[in-house]
Amino acid sequence: MTKTLRRPAHPLQIRIMHWIGAISILCMMLSGWAIYNASPSLPFTFPRWMTLGGWLAGGIAWHITVMWVLFADGVAYLLYGFLSGHFRRDLRPLGPRAVIVDLVAALTGRLGHRLGHYNAVQRLLYVGVIVLICSSVATGLSIWKPVQLGWLSDIFGGYPFARGLHLAAMIGIALFVVVHLTLVVIFPRTLIAMLAGKAAEPEESAR
Amino acid sequence: MSRPHTLRTKPAVTADEIRPELIRISRRRMLARGLSLGSLALLTGCDLSTHSGVDAALWAMLRFNDRVQAALFSRTRLAQTYPASAVTKPFRFNAYYEEWQVRETPSDWQLQLSGLIADKAPWTIDKLRALPQEAQVTRHICIEGWSQIGQWSGVPLHVFLQRVGADLKARYVSFKCFDGYSTSIDMPSALHSQTILALDFVGKPLAPEWGAPVRLRIPTKLGFKSAKNIKAISVTNTYPGGYWEDQGYNWFSGS
Repeated sequence: MTKTLRRPAHPLQIRIMHWIGAISILCMMLSGWAIYNASPSLPFTFPRWMTLGGWLAGGIAWHITVMWVLFADGVAYLLYGFLSGHFRRDLRPLGPRAVIVDLVAALTGRLGHRLGHYNAVQRLLYVGVIVLICSSVATGLSIWKPVQLGWLSDIFGGYPFARGLHLAAMIGIALFVVVHLTLVVIFPRTLIAMLAGKAAEPEESAR
Repeated sequence: MSRPHTLRTKPAVTADEIRPELIRISRRRMLARGLSLGSLALLTGCDLSTHSGVDAALWAMLRFNDRVQAALFSRTRLAQTYPASAVTKPFRFNAYYEEWQVRETPSDWQLQLSGLIADKAPWTIDKLRALPQEAQVTRHICIEGWSQIGQWSGVPLHVFLQRVGADLKARYVSFKCFDGYSTSIDMPSALHSQTILALDFVGKPLAPEWGAPVRLRIPTKLGFKSAKNIKAISVTNTYPGGYWEDQGYNWFSGS
């Protein structure tokens, strides 16, 4: 409590990669829904205004355009995360016991939120969504190139099953986005910190 | 009869005199439009059919993806094959029209050849059946996402192209169909061993709905590339496009 931390809650690199990633995921999701609508595997379709590209060809054009942005952003983020120590310092899972303790504290409104520090539940969610995005890229590649990348399709159980996994990964990411945005609404200063780069708050025992 | 008292020969203000203001106003309007929520609606309206810059960028990216896919393509990598028992039953009909609109083969049908081909004499079904035949049980993957396994047999396209003296260094092979459909593929994919001019489907000569009398079967590309009811084949260096490709389906569409 005595020493003021000078480091920003989110370094500039993280903030840039976060927003490029967020916009790419949004575009991938909306254009993916346009593609899904051409042959829905669940008993519903997405309204046209919720899709990007307007129809199948437009959706595919958006999807295979933005995938390059997402891919570049994701590779840059993973490299940065491993090399800078960001993953080790901020996202390393703290174990199931810590997750339960923090989850109970969060649900009973006793979990403090310190900018620049990640509790066990946050770590689990962020690692989870990173794994989900990586899986959606891998399953996406496997259904884009089921012959040239046939080994990848085989890993995911063949083309039809890989297509189902790609859809499941999307649903997982969408659920994360719902939880993430809900928490941003509850703690709006986290949005400011991701936009403007506020200084990290001192880690104290607020719980 | 009344006439205006005076005819204005010169505008009160010329565009030149207020040009800076005009530019400022149009810039401000453009900025406001760009920042408005409406810009998202404008983006979602980009569906490859408008003349907007975004649609132009999407078309450019489709061409870029064509080049990436051509680089990923391997002549020796084969599409997975299945036992005959894996054939999907019932097999789903698909075309750009409904099944009742399927056309019978015209009585004077012959396979026409044009472009960079030495021997352009037309072919009959009997002549095609006299060439070496290949059978395959492969997965037909539709661009819409669904897929089904079918069994086709016929003449490998590379055998046919060599036989008629096609320029195998040309860039494209295009297909015209008597049902109004058309498509085109790159030469390396045309020469792939699993690319065949199919004459049979599940052991029987093609029925009209499955592409009689001859169809393309190319398991290294999405289903819409496997043109049915072919009437003419052309070898060319000029981009031929196709029915769906001209509307925005990704041209290479390799699997």
